[in-house]
Amino acid sequence: MTKTGFVVANLFRKKTRTILTILSVIMAFLLFGLLQSLNSIFNAGADFVGATRLMTQARVSFTQPLPIGIVPKLEAVPGVARVGYSQWFGGIWQENTQVFTFAVDPLRYHDVYPEWVMPEEQWKAFAGTRTAMIAGKMLADQYGWKVGQKIPLSSNIFPQKNGSKAWAFDLVGVFDGKDESWKKRTNQVLINYDYFSEANQFVKDRANFFIVKLGAGADAAAVTKAIDGMFENSPDETKTQTEKDFNLSFVKQIGDIGLIVRWILFAVFFTLLLVVGNTMAQSVRERVPELAVLKTLGFSDGSVLGFVLAEAVALCLVGGVIGLTLATLLGAMVEKGTGGQFQLNVNGLIWAIGIATILIMSVAVGLLPALRARRLKIVDALAGR
Amino acid sequence: MSESMVQIRSVTKTYERGKQKVEVLHGLSLDIPKGDFVALMGPSGSGKTTLLNLIGGLDQPTSGEISVGGSRIDQLSSGKLANWRAHNVGFVFQFYNLMPVLTAEANVELPLLLTRLPAAQRKKNVAVALQVVGLADRARHKPKELSGGQEQRVAIARALVSDPQLLVCDEPTGDLDRKTADEILGLLQVLNREHGKTIVMVTHDPKAAEFARRTLHLEKGQLLEQVAA
Amino acid sequence: MLSQTIAVTGINVKSIPERWAPSLVIVIGLAGVVAVFTALLAMATGFESTLKATGRTDVAIVMRGGSDAELNSGLDRTSSDLIKQAKGVRVAANGKPMASTEMIVIAELLRAGSTKDASNITLRGVEPEGFALRPQLKIVEGRTFTPGLRELIVGRGVTRQFAGAALGNVLRMRGSDWTVVGVFESGDANESELWTDISVAQTTFGRAGASSVRIGLDGPDGLDKARVSLTGDPRLTVDVIREQDYFSGQTKQFRKTIGVLAGVVTIIMALGAVFAALNSMYAAVATRSKEIATLRAIGFGGLPVLLSVMIEALLLALAGGLLGAIIAYVLFNNLSVSTLGQNFTQVVFNFRVTPELVARGLIISIVIGMIGGLLPAIRAARLPVTTGLREL
Repeated sequence: MTKTGFVVANLFRKKTRTILTILSVIMAFLLFGLLQSLNSIFNAGADFVGATRLMTQARVSFTQPLPIGIVPKLEAVPGVARVGYSQWFGGIWQENTQVFTFAVDPLRYHDVYPEWVMPEEQWKAFAGTRTAMIAGKMLADQYGWKVGQKIPLSSNIFPQKNGSKAWAFDLVGVFDGKDESWKKRTNQVLINYDYFSEANQFVKDRANFFIVKLGAGADAAAVTKAIDGMFENSPDETKTQTEKDFNLSFVKQIGDIGLIVRWILFAVFFTLLLVVGNTMAQSVRERVPELAVLKTLGFSDGSVLGFVLAEAVALCLVGGVIGLTLATLLGAMVEKGTGGQFQLNVNGLIWAIGIATILIMSVAVGLLPALRARRLKIVDALAGR
Repeated sequence: MSESMVQIRSVTKTYERGKQKVEVLHGLSLDIPKGDFVALMGPSGSGKTTLLNLIGGLDQPTSGEISVGGSRIDQLSSGKLANWRAHNVGFVFQFYNLMPVLTAEANVELPLLLTRLPAAQRKKNVAVALQVVGLADRARHKPKELSGGQEQRVAIARALVSDPQLLVCDEPTGDLDRKTADEILGLLQVLNREHGKTIVMVTHDPKAAEFARRTLHLEKGQLLEQVAA
Repeated sequence: MLSQTIAVTGINVKSIPERWAPSLVIVIGLAGVVAVFTALLAMATGFESTLKATGRTDVAIVMRGGSDAELNSGLDRTSSDLIKQAKGVRVAANGKPMASTEMIVIAELLRAGSTKDASNITLRGVEPEGFALRPQLKIVEGRTFTPGLRELIVGRGVTRQFAGAALGNVLRMRGSDWTVVGVFESGDANESELWTDISVAQTTFGRAGASSVRIGLDGPDGLDKARVSLTGDPRLTVDVIREQDYFSGQTKQFRKTIGVLAGVVTIIMALGAVFAALNSMYAAVATRSKEIATLRAIGFGGLPVLLSVMIEALLLALAGGLLGAIIAYVLFNNLSVSTLGQNFTQVVFNFRVTPELVARGLIISIVIGMIGGLLPAIRAARLPVTTGLREL
């Protein structure tokens, strides 16, 4: 037996109580893991994007497209290496499955997003074939699309000149991401802008987004200012921001998810503190004579405090780690089940915060009982006072 | 006269009960030589348990001096006192105070966790202690699987395992039937006569006191005339 | 048996104060579950009822065929005029059809209290009939806009959540200045919008067409008549949808999302609460095992003991559920928030803690209380009398 063995043995004094307490802790940390990963979906853009691109859109809303004609003006700004553009198409696959589809200039897009990995011939085919489309690996795998197939895609916004909203494109390539985070974003389809502009009924030579790739050593703030200054007070006022801020601003409009998550977790952990704290307090109360005996044997007041704290830590750690593990597994299941659309990733950062929370909680629930154990007087305890 | 194990000089002990101060021991002095087996008797409230607690280093006197095994223990801090207890004294209580979650041998091993002995050595010492009290075959049992007498033997083994010179016993047979009590007391005698342990035992049972070498009587916090066995 | 049960329950309940700590665990645990559940669903209920209240049954929205939101729709002048002439459109006393051509433009406002969090708001250009088609809308401050001038009226929801839209403010949009001359209330999603004269909006923003035409329906079969007339017209490609259906359709996504979130969170919290309740009730039974054994020895039956434990658990659970509902009500009822609507613009709504939600919360706590009380109750009832008495 060792000191650790002693602590563990004491945990199972009242088996039912220990197991039920651990189960409560598991539930709390399961929720913690899931909610924090939900939170990070809504802030995902922040980690993921490189700081080498800016997004320019119409100042008022990206739903109002800007004229393509501004591209040369943008490229003339010092510090700008290349400009690509992208127009939301609103793709629908089969009956009503939404597919993120954008109409882009293929070669420009290839330049501004070097993170996409696809053989050069496929990029060339994309640029050279009017009705071409390329699909991200995630989608191609999910729907079984193969290069060479003609893929029917409808648009929920743009009809063709003949009035029909049904479109079809030739799949000439499948692209992947250069690393884990980019691989996760291969749930898009790209079509040829020229074809779209020419064949649709409503939008001609306009695009929602302009992607501005910065040259080496360029000052992002200065370029931003220059671009927006150029179009101020014109009918096409622009708003330029870093890609990171762009993603965040969109997400912030959904609402303060972070606040909701924080409130829920506050309620959960407040209750949990009560539950586990009560268990620890009861456990120490019952063991007063035993703790006194430990002291008679020569264990110091401090070591008795240590035993009680260690118990609290063990309780919370077991429950917390199991809870976080369950959250990770469940998150992965959700991710798989929704074909990568809903990426609940309980990542390293969440685990780190989780472990820190576990430790803080252990001290919170264990401290008072541990202090009580430290303080107890041998003679009083043995006499039953 | 063999050397002194316990020397007590003019010791008083006062407790505070609410707003009142109660003096339980009044200027008591006492000598216990090495190898002695002393029974402490007296009516309830006489202070015998208090005296025992002081001898065992479980409490500090309000005034006076106590030396055990040549060291003054009345001035030690509580941390140092704990350390002293670990090496110098073994306790046996009326209610066995074993850890219900541990096996007999794990219970006996507890005091050894305070030493730097490696696990293998600890196991050996535990086996020896259980051998001495005659419970080697019950090592893996938990307290609830043992009879009253067996539990008390485990407690005694635990008191012995660090090889202290002094054993302090508070009503060790108070909860046992006659036959079992006699077995336990016989074991204590063996420890005293063959292993040289000095034993101080509080009891209210005159038959138990007969196993000791001598009996001291306390009344209202003071020693009455010593009666040699 | 009833009197036995009442007697034992009485003893149980009277001793709760001695066991206040584990009892508090149940109450607070359940309060937490119910509060979170109620708050989340109050958000969904508030959003849904705001949007539902916005649609009338005697008004229809006509949009370009296949668009599911006004933002995606575009109608040219000819189409708008044709739509107003369709059968089924109510005619006003002055002989003109009750129809309003409307155009939405996305505007940007800063959130109240922020200097950089901007959100998209709907700016709606309307015709005078737009007011008649929405009788619930009333100007409560200032006055309505003057046709032909760059004047705006803003909804109450906008003034609550966003900065710079108070009476008298000037808003700059796309290089032009607009003055806020009035504030309106309507008790629905219209309050999340800015309104102005459609022709001024069209000229300023360089748009010739409209987003939609709202038509008043003539009689119970007005919708069918209008639909037949409009979808059958070869010159038009439009959809005709009852205003109420349009708005309830818009809540589907949000409702689903919140529903899933609320469901998952509530289930996990409820499980945690069940474990906590079991823990507490087992502890309660253990503390009183000799009491229970004594009662059994005297002659009280097992069933009354079981029932008394369950009743105790139920009472604590109900107390927790009520506390949770009160907390949710006090903290969240009528809290104003906004979220992204179908047009990528903000919809302002209030949390609504309804009696139905409170009832659902109480049911959840009762169920948890019963589950948490059952096993310990069985153990209490089955406790061999001798074991319990030995504890004495």
